[in-house]
Parts: sequence; C-alpha cells; structure tokens
Amino acid sequence: MSLSKRLALIFRAKASRALDRAEDPRETLDYSYQKQMEMVQQVRRGLADVATSRKRVELQKHQLPATADKLEQQAAAGWGAGREDLAREALTRRSAAQQQLADLTTQEADLQAQQDKLTAALQRLQAKVEAFRTRKETIKANYSAAEAETRVGEAVSGISEEMGDVGLAMQRAEDKTAQLQARAGAIDDLLASGALEDATGSTKDDIQVELERMSSTSDVEAELSRLKTALPAGSPPQDALTAGPAQPQEAKS
Amino acid sequence: MIVRILGEGQLELAEEHLPELNELDTELAKAVNAGDEPGFERELTRLLDRVRALGSPVPDEHLTASDLILPGPDSSLAEVSALLSEDGLIPG
Repeated sequence: MSLSKRLALIFRAKASRALDRAEDPRETLDYSYQKQMEMVQQVRRGLADVATSRKRVELQKHQLPATADKLEQQAAAGWGAGREDLAREALTRRSAAQQQLADLTTQEADLQAQQDKLTAALQRLQAKVEAFRTRKETIKANYSAAEAETRVGEAVSGISEEMGDVGLAMQRAEDKTAQLQARAGAIDDLLASGALEDATGSTKDDIQVELERMSSTSDVEAELSRLKTALPAGSPPQDALTAGPAQPQEAKS
Repeated sequence: MIVRILGEGQLELAEEHLPELNELDTELAKAVNAGDEPGFERELTRLLDRVRALGSPVPDEHLTASDLILPGPDSSLAEVSALLSEDGLIPG
C-alpha cells in the first residue's frame, strides 16, 4: 500500500476510536467539540511559548555583540600590559561568543518558521472548529440518532484529522522550543558566571578582574616610587613613619 | 480526491492524477524502507511539488477526511517512520 494511503488510514483509525466511545453518535459531537476547544487553547499556549523563547533568543542576540566587543578590548588591554595569556583567553572567549551568535541567528529563524506554521495551523483549526460547531447544531436539530450516525462520522473524521495534524505541528514546535531553551539556559549561565560579560557591565569577569588588579598594582608601584623619591635618600622607613613624636620613647617611662 | 500535506492543509486533486502520484509515492516509500535519507528528501520534495502544482486548496471551513496524507516538507525520515509504525503517536 502506498505511504500516503497508509498515513490516511492511520489518521482515520484515530477518528474511529473517538466515534466508538459513545452510545449515541450525537454525544460524540459534544465530546469532540470539547476536545477541539481544548486543542485551540493548547495551540494558543504553544504559540505563546514559542514567542517567549524567541524573545529570549533575541535578547541574547543583542547582548552577545557587546560581549564580543568587550572581550576584544580586554584582549588589547591584556596584550598592551604584556599579558599574552590574558589576551589569548579573551580572544578565545570572543570567538565562542561569535559562534553562539551565529547559532542563535539560525535558531531564531527556525523558531520564527515554527511560529508562522503554528499560527497558520491555528487559523485553519479555528475555521474548522467553527464549521464543526455549525454542523453539530444542524445534525442535533434535524436527525434521529440512526440518521445522525453517518453525518457525525463525516464531521468527526474531518476534524479529527485536522486535530492530529495540528497536534504534530505543536509537538514539533515544543521540541524546537525545548532545544532552544536548553541552549539559551547555557548562554545565560555563561553570562552569569562571568565567563562572558553581561552587556550591562554589572558583573565582572575574571579577565577584567585580572586587568584591574594589574592596573591597581601598577598604580601602587607608581605611588611607591613617588614616595621613594620624596623621602630623603638612605633614611630608614621607620624614621619616616615615627617622625611625629618629638621625644624618644625612653623619656616617657 | 482530497490530499493532505501535514502542516499545510488539504488540497483537492482530480482522480486522473492518481497514477502519477502513486508512482512518486512508491519511490518515496522505497526510500523510507531503505532508510535512505537523501533519497527520502528528494522524493518527498518531488511528490509535494507535484501535489501543490496539481491541486487546489480546500477551503478552511470545509470538513472532510483526506484520501491521502503526505508528510510535511520539513519532515525527517525518522519522523515519518515513527508515524507509520505507531498510530499512537498522532495526538489530538
């Protein structure tokens, strides 16, 4: 049997199971309609999740270039201070940040595509649910249980297939979102741990700390040499520090 | 006849196109059975392109089951195999 025929039968089997549930086929209409409304809600929530994830990726995408720039400045500063190790570390991280940025761009596009598909699917589903509701009312008003059976079957098979299709689209979007959440979480961790600096500059990464330590060390050195030049050559430091008291200690006791 | 492309919706096609679609469908099924991913992608694209060219979209408010259902354009071979092997996989 052809692949497309097999798939059609698999979807139809699902609808038949729904029809077998109720004694009166007209009960199936209400049950199915309830399921449809639930599905519409689920798809709406799914869409909101996808949109949230996309926003998060967008935010990270805006942070990463600033991080890369900062790392480049740090590399220059490290190199200027004669610290090749710091410069190398900063450049390695900068390259990682750029790679993340490229990956995020792809993922964002992927997520946008999922969002578009799900939006279209929701629109189709809503149109079909509305059609189902109208058909349901007609069947319930105009037909006896026996007569209704065929008509219920047609309506339920049609909508059930649509629900299966939308359900698959939902699963796919959820999978993609979950993958992306995991990656976004990892990047957040990197930003938080200071391995990549937050674009707001609120946290300090270890390279920055080292550069600042070096700069404060050299400030201290400069201050020391200034003091050394100011003091008389050869005078012991102790004298300089205890120069205040006019009398020797022995005189006090 | 009504053909559904998963994720895209339903199309109405004249019966006379069935032999051509069957031929393409057979090639697709062969690729699935052989686990041939590039072949699967190639044949699926060919089949979907033909169905889109020959069919006209069924209005959204039209409620009917499809005679044939095709995987969507971005499906992987693994996804299609899973759909065929376990009907419990289809939600809804």
